[in-house]
Amino acid sequence: MKIKKLNGMEFAKKYGILIVLIIMWIIMLSVSPTFRTTDNAVNILRQVSVNGIIAIGMTFVIMTGGIDLTVGSLIAVSGVVAGSILVANPDNVILAIIAAIIVCGFFGAINGFFVAYMRVPAFVATLAGMTIARGFAYVYSDGKPYTLASENFSLIGKGSVPIIIFLIIALISHIILSKMKFGRYIYATGGNLKAASASGVKVKAILLKVYILGGVLAGIAGIVLASRTNSGQPAVGTGYETDAIAAAVIGGTSMTGGVGTIGGTLIGILIIGTLNNGLNLLDVSSYYQQIIKGLIILGAVCFDIHSKGSSR
Amino acid sequence: MEEYRLEVRNLHKKFPGVYAVKGVSFQIKPGEVHALVGENGAGKSTLMKMITGEYTPDEGEIYHNGKLLKNRSITDSQKEGIAMIHQELAPLPEMSIAENIFLGQEMMSGGFLNDKVMNLEAEKILKEYGMSYGPKTKVGKLSVAQIQMLEIIKAVRKNADIIIMDEPTSSLSDEESQILFKIIEELLEKQVAIIYISHRLDEILSLANQITVLRDGEYIKTVPATGVTKDQLVEMMVGRTLDNIYPKESVEIGDVLFQIKNLSSQGVFKDVNFEVRAGEILGISGLMGAGRSEIMNSIFGIDKYDSGEIILEGKKLQIKSTKDAIDNKIAMVSEDRKLFGLILCRSIKENISLPNLHKYHKSLFVNESKEKESVKQYKESLGIKCASVNVNVGTLSGGNQQKVVLAKWLLSNPKVLILDEPTRGIDVGAKFEIYKIMVELARQGIAIIMVSSDLPEVMGMSDRILVVSSGKVTGCFSRDDIVSGRITQKNLLSSALQEV
Repeated sequence: MKIKKLNGMEFAKKYGILIVLIIMWIIMLSVSPTFRTTDNAVNILRQVSVNGIIAIGMTFVIMTGGIDLTVGSLIAVSGVVAGSILVANPDNVILAIIAAIIVCGFFGAINGFFVAYMRVPAFVATLAGMTIARGFAYVYSDGKPYTLASENFSLIGKGSVPIIIFLIIALISHIILSKMKFGRYIYATGGNLKAASASGVKVKAILLKVYILGGVLAGIAGIVLASRTNSGQPAVGTGYETDAIAAAVIGGTSMTGGVGTIGGTLIGILIIGTLNNGLNLLDVSSYYQQIIKGLIILGAVCFDIHSKGSSR
Repeated sequence: MEEYRLEVRNLHKKFPGVYAVKGVSFQIKPGEVHALVGENGAGKSTLMKMITGEYTPDEGEIYHNGKLLKNRSITDSQKEGIAMIHQELAPLPEMSIAENIFLGQEMMSGGFLNDKVMNLEAEKILKEYGMSYGPKTKVGKLSVAQIQMLEIIKAVRKNADIIIMDEPTSSLSDEESQILFKIIEELLEKQVAIIYISHRLDEILSLANQITVLRDGEYIKTVPATGVTKDQLVEMMVGRTLDNIYPKESVEIGDVLFQIKNLSSQGVFKDVNFEVRAGEILGISGLMGAGRSEIMNSIFGIDKYDSGEIILEGKKLQIKSTKDAIDNKIAMVSEDRKLFGLILCRSIKENISLPNLHKYHKSLFVNESKEKESVKQYKESLGIKCASVNVNVGTLSGGNQQKVVLAKWLLSNPKVLILDEPTRGIDVGAKFEIYKIMVELARQGIAIIMVSSDLPEVMGMSDRILVVSSGKVTGCFSRDDIVSGRITQKNLLSSALQEV
């Protein structure tokens, strides 16, 4: 009897946020026939894949106790860099991808440099990075979108390819965090920078690498988006960082660092995706959608904190 | 008038599965110091949290000046006159002393803050308590003792008639402690009752009127301080007799392993010289702020040093970061385990393996089964009490946390082990275990440097004692001197006080 009760609490503690997602699904499945279709499930996954890739990068960054506000702008940077190359020669797909990722990684490195070595608070450093990157995208493209006509490039965004890219990145990230030295060092750096450093962890290098990773993942997300829309636009991605932060936090990543999992972020991004999709299916006006989304995010996180607190 | 300031009757508090406090009763008269002793985890904090209103007791009553207290919050208790001076103070470093004193009861004139009057008033109060700072000084500039004093001033100003002090002297120098004791005496004259929690039994015996002993949440006894000895108290706390508090054994001392030559850091320490042999425990004594920890931090690469040499096994080391120190088989259990020692939100396993991950690298991945095996081995050999090695370190008691720090460094097979205040804030039982571990490590030929403010500990455990004062070595004593009684605590203290 007693053991059962404890297990229930353990369960709620560990899977609190998953329960929220399941409840949402149960509600949607019972009220919306469209939601029940496989097509719709694939649709949700496709819709979240771009945001999901950024959210994974965000999880790494938040876990070090930081934040990365540049990711939305980097999506645009990635799109215009790849776009410019593809417009010049539609066959240069590989070059376009590599160039976009390198440029975004470079922006990440700048973030990391200022956070780790100049000790600028991450919020400020990446806030500055956000406007610089956005400005760069406009300057680079002269404010005009690149319309893409590359058959091969558009394959990246077709069908379930974005989903596969997203899931592979999630899997690799999960392995990095749970099985590799780098992952352990990230947790340690975020949990207690001084103690990690006193244990011989090169914390500045870890921070730098994590911000580069955040930039690279934003670059990949930008390529997927550019491919899906067949265009590289300097204006896309505005506000994407908020959903990414929300997904990570809903998924249990601690804003003070040191705690979080990729699995959690996956659930977080699915909650956001289900909300967007479900509210559309239910014909909720987009004005109300934003309010409802905010409230559900608050409620989900409260539930999660509470279920953790009760077992203390 | 009412007979007791505070009376607790048969208090019980249960947490899932365990009793944290079981059947505790005691009374405190006005103008009395009531000491509370017990090992870590004995239930002292839970008991205090019930008195301050943070927890509600499952059973039993608390009477304050004869009035039954129930259903109240911490704020209610503060209004009633129950104040707590916490072990870990949380001051507002950017606020001035005056702003701190008047926080929550600011003086106003016409809707605006009346800073002038508050500063004048604060200045008066500071003089009264013998503090030399001006009222506009930022709190961040004060020492721990002075911040504590400020907390006491705030409590008294709010007309507190019960003040709970949790380990108030744990981070104070002897001199500062004396000031605190004087203030306590003044408070007693004002008929304030004090609940005093401390691991320092000598202090308690000289300060307290009554002593209540707790063990594993259970109420053992309340005794008058005049009718009990230190040994008897320890016995009550641990439930067994400790034949010898310091299980020092002589082990074979080998060659000189580690040498420090003319180590200097401008304004911090100067021309520090010492050597440690394999199997030797070198005690480093001195007052708080004498530069002991700073010397150790430089040796371990946390801080930089300007000049001098660090030599291990005859080889000169270049230590620029902690990684350099660790790579050269130097390990340090630092003074502040929460700041430098542990990552509280991560597991025991991750904490222990953190500096040793390179050992468990199989291709790209951490070999978790091997990692877990060695972690478990140290958990067993050091006696870390935990449900599993996956438990967060933050949930462990101070003694167990310290053992985790020890384990992580032992796993790195150090040649030199620096222990900075290894038993601070740790209960008697865990202290004893840590001493035993030290002896065992010395036997294995590790050179141990132990910095400690606890004079009996330094004298009980060291093969040789170095005294540091104002960043310089001012004395060196051998174990023979101590065992024979030629050197006493007094001698150590006087070289620690030596002006350089």
